Amino acid sequence: MVLDLVPLWTILIGLAVFYYVVFDGFDLGVGMLYGFVRGESARATLMNSIAPVWDGNETWLIFGGLGLLTAFPLAFTIIIPAVYFPILMMLLALVFRGVAFEFRFKHATLRRLWDGAFCGGSLVATFAQGVVLGTFIQGFKIDGRQFAGSSFDWLAPFPLAVGLSLMFGYGLLGACWLILKTEGELQDWARRAASICLIAVLAAIAGVSIWTPLAYPDIARRWFSWPNIAFLSPVPIITALLAFGEWEALRRRHELTPFLIAIALFLMSFVGIAISLWPMIVPYRYTLWQAASSGSTQAFLLIGTLFLLPIILTYTAWSYWVFRGKVGDITGYH
Amino acid sequence: MTLDPVLLSRVQWAWVIAWHIMLPAFTIGLASYIAVLEGLYFFTGRELWFRISGFWTRIFAVSFGMGVVSGIIMPFQFGTNWSRFTDATADVLSPLMAYEGLMAFFLESSFLGVLLFGRRLVPTWAHFFAALMVAFGTLLSSFWILATNSWMQTPQGYTIVDGRFQPADWAAIIFSPSFPYRLLHNITAFYITTAFVVMGVGAWLLRRDRAADGARIMIRMALDLLILLVPLQMFFGDQHGLNTLEYQPAKLAAIEGRYDSAQPTPLTLFGIPDDAAATMHGAIEIPRLGSIILTHSWDGAIKGLKEWPADQRPPVGPPFFAFRVMVGIACIMLIIVVVGQVLRLRGRLWDTTWFLRLCQWTGPLGFIAVIAGWVTTEVGRQPWTVYGLLRTADSVSPSLTGADVAWSLALYVVVYLIMFPTGIAFMAGLVRRGPQQLEVETAVVESGLPHQPFESAARTAPQS
Repeated sequence: MVLDLVPLWTILIGLAVFYYVVFDGFDLGVGMLYGFVRGESARATLMNSIAPVWDGNETWLIFGGLGLLTAFPLAFTIIIPAVYFPILMMLLALVFRGVAFEFRFKHATLRRLWDGAFCGGSLVATFAQGVVLGTFIQGFKIDGRQFAGSSFDWLAPFPLAVGLSLMFGYGLLGACWLILKTEGELQDWARRAASICLIAVLAAIAGVSIWTPLAYPDIARRWFSWPNIAFLSPVPIITALLAFGEWEALRRRHELTPFLIAIALFLMSFVGIAISLWPMIVPYRYTLWQAASSGSTQAFLLIGTLFLLPIILTYTAWSYWVFRGKVGDITGYH
Repeated sequence: MTLDPVLLSRVQWAWVIAWHIMLPAFTIGLASYIAVLEGLYFFTGRELWFRISGFWTRIFAVSFGMGVVSGIIMPFQFGTNWSRFTDATADVLSPLMAYEGLMAFFLESSFLGVLLFGRRLVPTWAHFFAALMVAFGTLLSSFWILATNSWMQTPQGYTIVDGRFQPADWAAIIFSPSFPYRLLHNITAFYITTAFVVMGVGAWLLRRDRAADGARIMIRMALDLLILLVPLQMFFGDQHGLNTLEYQPAKLAAIEGRYDSAQPTPLTLFGIPDDAAATMHGAIEIPRLGSIILTHSWDGAIKGLKEWPADQRPPVGPPFFAFRVMVGIACIMLIIVVVGQVLRLRGRLWDTTWFLRLCQWTGPLGFIAVIAGWVTTEVGRQPWTVYGLLRTADSVSPSLTGADVAWSLALYVVVYLIMFPTGIAFMAGLVRRGPQQLEVETAVVESGLPHQPFESAARTAPQS
């Protein structure tokens, strides 16, 4: 292969996963918050704030998964069987959550049930995604090109803790989205929810940042050896500044800034994990280059991706533009 | 009792895809139908088109939502349960699936939002455009996923390096020998399936005198499409069969229930296959008809399954019976459509109650035919995942225990048995309310939005 496409694909998959985490993150977050808000009209507002966009957001999960499969098939082959049950829980939770959008408007009697499915589905899906991330950082037992551990290796303190953390992370994104999309009492409520989630998220970021270097000497060396510590110190510093900015933005009742800073906080965590694990895609065993598919495969998909991604982003932006502004009580078509 | 992860994974795959396939079978046809209706509304401005389109769009939304959530499950199955298949084929097959995601899913889901929620927010032409894009997206989706399936059936354009398939020629991979036939056969099947549902719903509405003008249009449009597509589908099916004879002769032998080679070949109408004894019990045969249908000649030869070693033969029962169900349904469909057209020419279509009732009852026939066709082609491919090259038994994730898969299968069964009946009941409810009723409700809802920021946008949008 003349041209090494691995770096480009790494960036593309990274962006796709990050896009998914932010966008489905906020709508899963709204789904979780849904369980804590009182009153039919407030609930309808929450649901309608994400109804037109959620399945577009979820599509990035498929693209992230299929992109990983195409560019780094070995990673897909090893990681997915290792998280057999978290993936199963996530998929089934997304099923319940997805159909609840349609079903809850139908039966007044079953509405509570579908409300539960919507909130519970969002909760379980988020937790499961966190567990997948935690298992990924934890590493895998591997034999050749296949996962050789048991289907319950994810059932360990670290993955479960990451699962819990992500629930607050998506909760923060969801609450900030609601600040942007609602007004009045509901907006005040969203602001309080965002503050609570922010505190939990910061605790989680701090916890993971202490836990991983203690548990993994390689990660500790990467961050704390000289001169790395000088190059990498901006990451925790910027994160701390962002945390302070988020707190201030919430206190000063900004509408858009909290959402943007929440995204930036996610970006910093994402960058942090990438720095810890680079250049591994199957942590501690296979690098990006070892796990990559053939140059021909990567090139074949790249042509279409570079051509189609801008178009996709354009019409995604257009559909967000169509549904811009505050959401009323009943925008739904039901 | 020991639980076999291979068998359970196969059952799980069959379970999740059999439910999933019914949704595209319906939404692909319905998306095109809605695009046509939106186009008619855009060009003629007649309120009736708008009403019919709105009615079907609501039903489309539910089935599409169910299609999305049950579809997200599918690519993950490759990783969770079939990781050795994935490791072997990813370099060749994964871009095809990724292209499906890139081209189709994004197009569908983004424009679906506008189609469903944007009626009063965007101008009529933009709404029509959104409908076109959703329809186009569903067709692109079929293109890529059937290209993937066809390659598994008739692989080409690859080399094998260290036991893994490597791409050599992308055009050959995408346009594998069975692909054109499979694509035409499937899309036509999906259009027919949808048309029968539309006709059945139209008949139901008409018999209850609800939205009679709309119902008549639905029946008329469905009949016009079907008189074209049903005979065409029989032709495509025949061509697909010839292709199978050429590239997957063992599958064809299983479909025909033929253990012993024969020349000339009779057509086995019915019988009880016995794989262990490699014989057909109580076979009812018509001499020479097999040669005529399968080889288009008076004394063409067909190889029997005994020409292959026992461990390379597909089981005969499922493809044999499923194929007969599919062809039987095709014949019933043809009769219904011809009768419908005759009644219409005589001007008696609208008051022939027995025919309307027949349309109602045969509305779901297409789904059964689609599942039967899928069983025929997929079980007929066994014992391979990549035909002749990679065995199903060597495709499963090695880390899985039988108990793991038993648990996941049980959960999929429970969840699907909640979700699908609820969804079907929900759609039945939408049908019961009928086009007019839905329109009234929407009007009430949308006029009750005094402080909508969209209000100005809605006002400037042409509503003619």
